[in-house]
Amino acid sequence: MVGNVAEAEDLTQEAFLQLHRKIDSFRGDSAFSTWLHRLAINVVLMHLRKKGLSLISLDEAMEPTLEEGSGRSFGAPDLTLAGSIDRLALQRAVANLPAGYRLIFILHDIEGYEHNEIASMLECSIGNSKSQLHKARLKLRDALRTYPRQEERR
Amino acid sequence: MTEDPSTIGCAAFQAQLPELIGSGVDIGTHPHIQTCAVCRALLADLEAIAEAARQLLPIVEPPDDLWKQIESKIKDEESSSKQG
Repeated sequence: MVGNVAEAEDLTQEAFLQLHRKIDSFRGDSAFSTWLHRLAINVVLMHLRKKGLSLISLDEAMEPTLEEGSGRSFGAPDLTLAGSIDRLALQRAVANLPAGYRLIFILHDIEGYEHNEIASMLECSIGNSKSQLHKARLKLRDALRTYPRQEERR
Repeated sequence: MTEDPSTIGCAAFQAQLPELIGSGVDIGTHPHIQTCAVCRALLADLEAIAEAARQLLPIVEPPDDLWKQIESKIKDEESSSKQG
């Protein structure tokens, strides 16, 4: 989620410290694993906010920008990616997503959480979660379509 | 009055896409998709990205000494809270 092994280790450590501090507040309303995952996500979110990374505002995510507006042309059909997604290129593209988009994309598309679970973890609406995920996929599509051209220049 | 889904433009269709995809309905049968190659290509790409993402679950094992570090920090916290 943070795209850096050393930071991930620090955050793992912080998550377990938080767990130790807060274990008394676990009431068993949800599965322990859900509670722990939520706590870990909160540690990541706090870290990203502290770093001032571009956690896209959830309100902003609902408003199409000029760049990302729905009226934008998505290109000719002969430029489809289907069947030709390079794993390394996708990994790079995910790492380059704005933090907010990356978080939701990882939670939904990689880790398999449902929108209602993500909305609960991130304290946003289900609609915001769907919208952010869609924008993340659009950004990935753009990145993947330019990837072969970048590789050819090398 | 509800808009006829077969006559909506690409912009209107794409504005509905996050909700349509999130709802789990079969968008391939949507009247706009049946008639618009550009939106069909877009949808195919988004589905391919979601499919490819499932293979990306990172397998990064934590280093052997990470748990020792965590234990040590927890002990430090406990001893400093007892002193305080």
